[in-house]
Formats: sequence, structure tokens, C-alpha cells
Amino acid sequence: MTNQRRAVALISGGLDSMLAAKLVLDQGVHVEGINFYTGFCVEGHTHAIRKKDRNRAKRNDALWVAEQLGIKLHIIDVIDEYKDVLINPKHGYGANMNPCLDCKCFMVKKAQEWITENNFDFIITGEVLGQRPMSQRRDTMQIVARDTGTNNRLLRPLCAQRFEPTLPETEGWVDRERLLGLTGRSRKPQIELAKSYGYSDYSQPAGGCCFLTDEAYSTKLVDMWTARKDRDYSLDDIMLLKVGRHLRPKPHFKIIVGREEGENRFLEGYRKQFIHMRTTSHAGPLTLLDGTIQSKEDIELAARLCARFSQGKNAPSVSIAINELNGNEYTLEVNPMKPDDIAESWYV
Amino acid sequence: MSEETLDLKGLLCPLPVIRTQNKIKTLDTGDILVVLCTDPGTLHDIPAWCRIHGHEIVNSTNESNEIAITIRVAH
Repeated sequence: MTNQRRAVALISGGLDSMLAAKLVLDQGVHVEGINFYTGFCVEGHTHAIRKKDRNRAKRNDALWVAEQLGIKLHIIDVIDEYKDVLINPKHGYGANMNPCLDCKCFMVKKAQEWITENNFDFIITGEVLGQRPMSQRRDTMQIVARDTGTNNRLLRPLCAQRFEPTLPETEGWVDRERLLGLTGRSRKPQIELAKSYGYSDYSQPAGGCCFLTDEAYSTKLVDMWTARKDRDYSLDDIMLLKVGRHLRPKPHFKIIVGREEGENRFLEGYRKQFIHMRTTSHAGPLTLLDGTIQSKEDIELAARLCARFSQGKNAPSVSIAINELNGNEYTLEVNPMKPDDIAESWYV
Repeated sequence: MSEETLDLKGLLCPLPVIRTQNKIKTLDTGDILVVLCTDPGTLHDIPAWCRIHGHEIVNSTNESNEIAITIRVAH
């Protein structure tokens, strides 16, 4: 019986973690992948919501990577546990609402628990020294290794040669000479390496694989928290922040307006949870009302905005079917709101 | 050998994959699991997950947006 060492690789679906796993796999180590689903992940289906992106591959990138590498992938639901990471990050946020350093610590800690439970030997990540301003600096990478209880079992194959040897290297489980010493933000070495392995169809999302690094998304998240005076959230909340126009004409409610067919279809799935409306006299978007509706004026205001984003925007009157939470439906005739009457500040 | 059905309608990927994965952990080799889904992404992702773990897709149907994928477990 051989004493084959076993490693778990954090697989995001991007190129770096794929290459990191590949470097170790090629050294005869048994590698399996682990992928954490926080709810904020940008993946193939999120892009595929919009009709213009319909032709893009509807694939889960982490599964695609695992299949290319020929390794098993375990996808872990961390939606609930992740709330504390996002709401109370010990190390703060990056440029937007991205708690990158706490997030990395959280994921490595979860991986450490996983290797203990499953009797694996070490953890692999695709980090590159100096690639990310917050979580991939020398000092912060040392914090991750120190604060996650990995006891020197955290290997970063793409930049290992820039750090003191870890246990998998000192024990000879992997050959340090066959690991890399990449640094900086250039993607060129990774692209060259991918080419040498024959990988071409890998995902390279701008801004990484998390919605929290996106400014527009972060603004919507903070707006939601501010309006509710509570930083809690549900999975539905954070999914809905990914689609549609969001306008807050009053502090106590906002509307979410589908921008095109794909988004309307996506919003359809949520309509029963919200007062919602759609134009019946003209083609137009599905509109959800999120918040507390306090008066008929609120409904009328939302209906006039809904009409504004319909094909009846220049008509004197547009019919809007309003659906209440109890299932009642009624129709309002409204005058579409004029562009000048929509305050810039309403757009979240 | 047992046959079980898992209703994952209304869930968006990757949640149906995660629930399928967690259910299969509790099943034995040869057991049949039928998963019912509505997210079209499952037609791609559940078979992909099964391929990398060695489980067999016995059947897959998609009728009026209701997807049924039948899996034979192989641990």
C-alpha cells in the first residue's frame, strides 16, 4: 500500500486555483477540490440571467475546473455562516463591501476543518503574492496562515518559493523546486502556464469571482441595510441585488424593475414574495416593491415608475396590474412619470 | 436498493447541486435518486457533478420547465 498524501484545493472556478491544484496533482498527490458557496459568488448562471448573455456557457466554473483536472469537487453551502464574515469583518472591507482578508481566513479555516474530518494532509490555495491589494500581501498572507490553525499545512503552490517552506515541502510530500515563485498583478505567467497545460476555455471574470468587489452591487447592499436599519440578509435578498434597476423613491420602499426579458423571468420567481406590478396596456417590465408600502400614493408612485420603463412611457395613460401579497389583483390607470421627475438620487 | 426523490424546485444553482451532493452522501451504491428541479442550469451542473464523482445519470427529462434527473449512486 502506497502512502499517497492527500490535499484539498480551494477551487474558485478561476485560473489561479486551477493551476495551483494542477501543480500539486502533477507531483502524485491525491487532490480533491472544495468550493464554498456564499451567495455572492459570480458564476456562469448569474451572467446567464440576462438575455444578451444567453449564449455564454451556462456552467459552474468550479465544476468545470474539477472536470478538467479530473478531481472530485465538494461544494459547501456557507450562506448562513458567511453572514458574520460580511457583517463583522475583523480586518475591515476592501474598496467596496469585500471583506477579502476575513473571507480568506474563513475559507481556509473551513478547509482546515474539512481536512481534519476527512483525514487529508494539507490545503492548497491559488494565491499569488502581491496579486490582490488586501488578501494577497506578504503580511496578510502570513495572517491567514497564522490565524486559521493550519499548523503550516497551507501550501500556495503558485508563490511557495517566496515563503518559508511549509510542512508539505519540509516533509517531502511535494518537491518545492517544482512549485513557483510568482508575484505581482501580471496574469502573463498564469496564462502561459495554462497554455502549456492546454487549458484555454477557463473563466477570467473581471473583478474576481465575488459580487462584493463590485461597486454597484455594494452600493445596493448598503442601501438595503440602511433602509431596513438592520444588516441581516437572506439569500433571496442578495440574489435580488444582482438583477434589475433598483430605485428608491421613498426611504421606506424601493422598486426592482426588470431591464429585459431574462431579468423579468428571473424576477418572476420571486414575485409572490412581493407586491408586484406589470403593465397590461403596453409591453413592459415586471416590477417588485420591496419595503413597507404605507399608502395608495406609494403604490401610485411605483406604478408611474413602472409605466416609465414600459413601451407606454410616452402614452398619456398606461394600465398597470397590481398584485397584492394576499393574491388580490387590481388595475390602476397612471400617467407615466416624466424623466425629469425621477430624481437621480432614486437610482440605487 | 432504495429509490428516493428530492424536490429542488425553485432553487437556483449551485444549491440544487449542493443538495444532491449532500443527499447522495447518505445513500448506498446502486440506490436511485430522482431530483426535481426548475433551474435550467441543473441540466448541466448535476450531470457534471455526477461525472466527476462517478455517479451515473440514468435519465434526464425537461418538460414545461420541470426537470427530472435520475441518478444511480456509485460510491
